[in-house]
Amino acid sequence: MRKCSLEKINEIFAAIAKNAALYLPVDRTDGSAAYKKWEEGTVWSNALNTVRSPKDFFFPQTEDLMRFKTKGKTVQLEDIRTEAEAFVVFGVRACDVKSFDILDRVFLTEPADSFYANRRNHGVIVSLACTRPVETCFCKTFGIDPSAPAGDISAWKTESDIFFEANTEKGKALLHTLSELTEECDDGAVAEQKAKINAVMEKLPLKDLSTKGFGGGKTAELFDAPEWDELSSACLGCGTCTFVCPTCQCYDIKDFNTGNGVIRFRCWDSCMYSDFTKMAHGNNRLTQKERFRQRFMHKLVYYPENNDGLFSCVGCGRCLAKCPISMNIVKVMKKIGGNKGE
Amino acid sequence: MNNVNDTLIPKIGVITDVRIDTPDIKTFRVVTLDGKKAFDHMPGQCAMLSVPGVGEAMFSITSSPTNEEFMEFSIKKCGCVTDWLHQAEVGQQITIRGPYGKPFPVDDVFAGKDLLFIAGGVGLAPLRSVINYCRHYRDRYGKIDIVYGSRSKDDLLDYQEIINEWATDEGVDVHLTIDNPQEGWDGHVGFVPNFVKELGFDTDKVAVLCGPPIMIKFTLDGLCGLGFDKTNVYTTLELRMKCGVGKCGRCNVGAKYVCKDGPVFRCDELDELPDEY
Amino acid sequence: MQKITREQLIAKASELLSNGTVSQVLGWGKGEFDYDVTPTLFSSAEELENGFVFNDFCGANFSKYLVSKAAKADGKLLVFLKPCDTYSFNQLLTEHRFDREKVYAVGIPCEGMADISKVKAISGDGIASINADGDNLVVTTLYEDAPITIATKDVLAERCINCKSKKHVAYDELMGEEGEVLASNRFDEVARLEAMTADERFAFWQNELSRCIRCNACRDACPACTCEKCVFDNPNSGVENKSPANEFEEKLFHIIRAYHVAGRCTDCGECSRVCPQNIPLHLLNRKFIKDINEFYGEYQAGEEVDSRAPLVNYTTEDLEPGEVFDRGDNNA
Repeated sequence: MRKCSLEKINEIFAAIAKNAALYLPVDRTDGSAAYKKWEEGTVWSNALNTVRSPKDFFFPQTEDLMRFKTKGKTVQLEDIRTEAEAFVVFGVRACDVKSFDILDRVFLTEPADSFYANRRNHGVIVSLACTRPVETCFCKTFGIDPSAPAGDISAWKTESDIFFEANTEKGKALLHTLSELTEECDDGAVAEQKAKINAVMEKLPLKDLSTKGFGGGKTAELFDAPEWDELSSACLGCGTCTFVCPTCQCYDIKDFNTGNGVIRFRCWDSCMYSDFTKMAHGNNRLTQKERFRQRFMHKLVYYPENNDGLFSCVGCGRCLAKCPISMNIVKVMKKIGGNKGE
Repeated sequence: MNNVNDTLIPKIGVITDVRIDTPDIKTFRVVTLDGKKAFDHMPGQCAMLSVPGVGEAMFSITSSPTNEEFMEFSIKKCGCVTDWLHQAEVGQQITIRGPYGKPFPVDDVFAGKDLLFIAGGVGLAPLRSVINYCRHYRDRYGKIDIVYGSRSKDDLLDYQEIINEWATDEGVDVHLTIDNPQEGWDGHVGFVPNFVKELGFDTDKVAVLCGPPIMIKFTLDGLCGLGFDKTNVYTTLELRMKCGVGKCGRCNVGAKYVCKDGPVFRCDELDELPDEY
Repeated sequence: MQKITREQLIAKASELLSNGTVSQVLGWGKGEFDYDVTPTLFSSAEELENGFVFNDFCGANFSKYLVSKAAKADGKLLVFLKPCDTYSFNQLLTEHRFDREKVYAVGIPCEGMADISKVKAISGDGIASINADGDNLVVTTLYEDAPITIATKDVLAERCINCKSKKHVAYDELMGEEGEVLASNRFDEVARLEAMTADERFAFWQNELSRCIRCNACRDACPACTCEKCVFDNPNSGVENKSPANEFEEKLFHIIRAYHVAGRCTDCGECSRVCPQNIPLHLLNRKFIKDINEFYGEYQAGEEVDSRAPLVNYTTEDLEPGEVFDRGDNNA
């Protein structure tokens, strides 16, 4: 384990930014935080988390896939892929780090998505243990320890210092470049920090939320639950929950005619949208109830069924904070499944 | 980077023949720019065709894998991409990627069995691939029955091939029907599900159904009424798709993705899925 | 603290349910915390007792729900309307978006609703409980041993600080005392933007709108956005898009939407309340309202049913396009 005084944090950032683009949470004028590229003078945010999740780094909201030139009857395809920039994402919370595993299982399963893989290969994740979890946090429900985040390098922040532990080859290489700014240390301060966080975790209102009753093989039992009507009743059909969610990864592929050729691009899509499954001859999810159910069944049943029991939620709490009508996965889990009546 | 394969990046194909099958179905012959087949496939698998600027859509491959020269797609005019294709001429270039999905189990489950193919309308498109595959390897399969129905005689797909090739094969029986009586038609008149019941097949066959959802539903009921076991009945599903490889997230029925776990499903497997297709 | 209490509202709703006036109640459902209420349908006194809440976080405007919920209700639907909600209610009636006969509207007074992000900015995050006590909110958090007392007026939502009316313009029955139309300062911020140079103003909106994630929450919550199929969702419209293809489109979505609701927007402020990225979208709509007031005389959408909005009503006194152009020029 290596440590560095927080007074020198900007030197750490400068050193990282020398070799790679560095992104970290920065406070915005509206009171929330967002990942921004670091440059001299950038101030690292103390916010617990960002409104948009760091999935954007690997799966951006829109990206161009290829270009076409059409002339008469001919079509020419231009492969516009280039090597991604080398980059470091700094200060990723344990929940968001876990979301990368969930996304990897989708995008890196054969046939792997080269656009995602390209960014994933060039990105280094420096995570950060939580110091101040809030009422909307429920990462523990999904077995995530906010005091021991994964990532290429794990970091812990105390009042005076920041501590680093490399977990992967990529992480070791990055930490090696910081050896002059950091010093070797024991894990005493980190252990103390971990104990503090875990004490707070015990006070969280959602600490007892359980995944009991969910998981693979539960489709037949849960699909026709009468509670879906009531739960989905107020849903506006907007895409807020899906777009702030670190694990939602549905996308659309569209063509954009520039007047001088065609750009085929990919953009985030949302199962909450009315045209998500609309085909030329019909739609198999006609009402908001079906769309709403799809989102939660996917996270709590379908995804774990296809991925060795891993749930597709990390308990980051973004949907709890951002849904315009305050409907969210916690309320679903408490109405349906093993938390019923609790 | 550009040498890494990505399934989303298609090949350029060229339409080398357009056959008008019915008033709203055309069959397109497609090869790559070097005149070859774009890729190998198995019966029941699909391909993504696109017209840049218009859109991309999934189509079942109508031609048999045993055709080593080209692929064919029978496409009904019913949306943006299909409208555009229907006005395309020979020589038009398009994009093609695939193959996608799980094929019919032609080399294991079907082997040695009597086969019953039941199709309605454009539903013959995916079945033509498997029918011609089984005809090609005729000695691997038992008796073949084909029940095919459409709105009218003019709406019967591949009519010439059916009459001139399938119906003349030894050990292949073709049973055609149209919904309403029509001048110049002396064959059977009536809907497919009833026709199947009237014909009354032995229940040790493997049955393959493809057609509009309502036809599949009633035909399946009919087959079960005759004593068929759902584990011997196969069908195909169609839902909206974008990627073709289970990543874009829209063609799932329960935990199954139609693009990669389907489009071919055994009817007892369908019973395990929620009713959302 | 709200003048009307949860208990009074439950008593009223239970009475109307039991005497058969209504079959269902559209009200605020209890959340996980003291601030995350969900619009909920209640069918019995027991359901109300278990799940109905009314507190300083009941900002959601229920009027739009009447479009979908009133049509489905067996009998009449009881809806509680705060003064500002009643303007949306009338506007939707003007546009024939729901059946008035299917709705029983109870007007309720409102002392202004709190913005949870403002509460958290004072108390710190990690809210354990929030209780109203007179003019204050008493907040306990996971991190502070002592409760924190915050004056409710210090954490009011922007739209409530600039409340335009405490008067109900529609109801079948009114609870509590009727209020007055207020002289609000709601156009001050618009005037500030107008006073900017064109470049400054562009930079302001560039900064705000660049955060948009095109989740459509603003549109989907907006009581003026009730098209059955929005052009932005319609693949046949030619402008369908789910995410901005470039920065130009990003701005256009909001500007087109503002144009579409111009003259119909009652300034309820739901767009800004629901925006996950805190974009002050209401300022776009207010700019239109301010212009309409200045060009055509004071007009408040939803003030009365079937009023002819200036933008859809030609009179010989209407100003000439050239006057607008000149004014725009001076403003540049």
